[in-house]
Amino acid sequence: MMNTSSLSQKRTPKSILRFAAPQMFYPLAGTLAPWCAGIAAVLTVIGLYIGFFVAPTDFQQGEVYRVIFIHVPAAWMSMLIYLAMAFWAAVGLVLNTRMSFIMTQALAPTGAMFCFLALWTGALWGKPTWGTYWVWDARLTSQLLLLFLYLGFMALTQAIEDQRRADRAGAIIALVGAVNVPIIYFSVQWWNTLHQGASVTPTGSSMASTMLAGMLVMAIASWAYTFAVVFWRVRSLILERERHTDWVGAEIDAQEGRS
Amino acid sequence: MKPRTKRLALLGGAAALFVGAIALVLTAFQQNLVFFHTPTDVAEGRAPAERAFRIGGLVEEGSIVREADGVTVRFAITDTAQAIPVTYRGSLPDLFQEGKGAVVQGKLGPDGLFQASEVLAKHDENYMPVEAQYAIDKAQAQAQAQAAADTVQK
Amino acid sequence: MMKWESWSAFWSMDGAALFVWGSYAVTALLIAVELVLVLRRRSDVVRRLARLRRAAPLANGGRRTSEEIFE
Repeated sequence: MMNTSSLSQKRTPKSILRFAAPQMFYPLAGTLAPWCAGIAAVLTVIGLYIGFFVAPTDFQQGEVYRVIFIHVPAAWMSMLIYLAMAFWAAVGLVLNTRMSFIMTQALAPTGAMFCFLALWTGALWGKPTWGTYWVWDARLTSQLLLLFLYLGFMALTQAIEDQRRADRAGAIIALVGAVNVPIIYFSVQWWNTLHQGASVTPTGSSMASTMLAGMLVMAIASWAYTFAVVFWRVRSLILERERHTDWVGAEIDAQEGRS
Repeated sequence: MKPRTKRLALLGGAAALFVGAIALVLTAFQQNLVFFHTPTDVAEGRAPAERAFRIGGLVEEGSIVREADGVTVRFAITDTAQAIPVTYRGSLPDLFQEGKGAVVQGKLGPDGLFQASEVLAKHDENYMPVEAQYAIDKAQAQAQAQAAADTVQK
Repeated sequence: MMKWESWSAFWSMDGAALFVWGSYAVTALLIAVELVLVLRRRSDVVRRLARLRRAAPLANGGRRTSEEIFE
């Protein structure tokens, strides 16, 4: 008894920083991902229920405003994920930790998906309300630029053979492109845009409470979804990049034995 | 210079270049279509002549007139200080209403009449139930009636 | 159904069906595609690395020859 407890203490250093090691983060991601996916699924059902069956018809736009329950969470996620990529890129460049570039790499496709969805749902929402699918407006144009930044990041990191150089080049796009995020966010204040201002700001909101509730639940669901997908993608990336290590070998053997 | 400082300097330089690029793109657009002018800009001659541009403002109350042909619409767009008369042929978005925001794109005629090729409705960031808007309208009407009654009493 | 008079009223979204359901359908589709890609990528990686280990089970702990297979 004494023996095993002292052994397990030895194996688990107390600091949370131990998860900066791919070998430690890999099982953690594996444990957390299904939980995040479950939370995302439950919250999506609740959010859609509120959005379609509780939230009232809008006084101005009628029913079409219900696009908001995906449009705004998708737009928020597209900006937040880019900032998260920039954060991990900075950590990777300064501290040279292996996990940080894996995180940057794992975040990009999901960010690009949310960015595309924000543009797509925005187009479908714009037609019946503004009268056009697309307009060269500061908000729309800067969001389109964000999509190009995501695609550029993915193309560049995949085009460069050498992993270290690919990571560094990608980190530079992530960091430099992050400047675009505040431009997107504040574009509706800085310039005259067709896109209306923010309905939800740190100081309050200009939405009826049930509408706001539906949107916020969907936003939390998108967070949970992002965590789940990114954790799963991180696990594949870790296996690929750490394939020369003994622990990955053991993990592969275990997976093989299972299937 | 240490490698790290050099790296930071490079990054800073790249960021500055990127900001510059965005600023250039946006300025280029500004002379074109991305941004809109206010009716006051247009009235004071600060809008481009001979070139298409956008005007943003409110559709003046009581200004919408449909012409006999059924497709041409005339209205005025205002920022409450100045109003610009607009003529447009085509279908209008559902949210295009008197007293609401709109953005019109087109050219200013020599007669001061704006020939719109596109009319877009601009809505605000407020979302509320129909009943709430009804209640607000009612409260405003009551307040106005009260104010009117007060002036009569004086 | 507290809010809608009927299911058909719900699906028609007061005439905005194309825009509302077009948004939700594409979102659902992309999420489904992403989930499939992410899960398939994992099984691909496991399979590829397993093949690599079988190809060189003991040579330097299976480390050296890995590059050839990943080429």
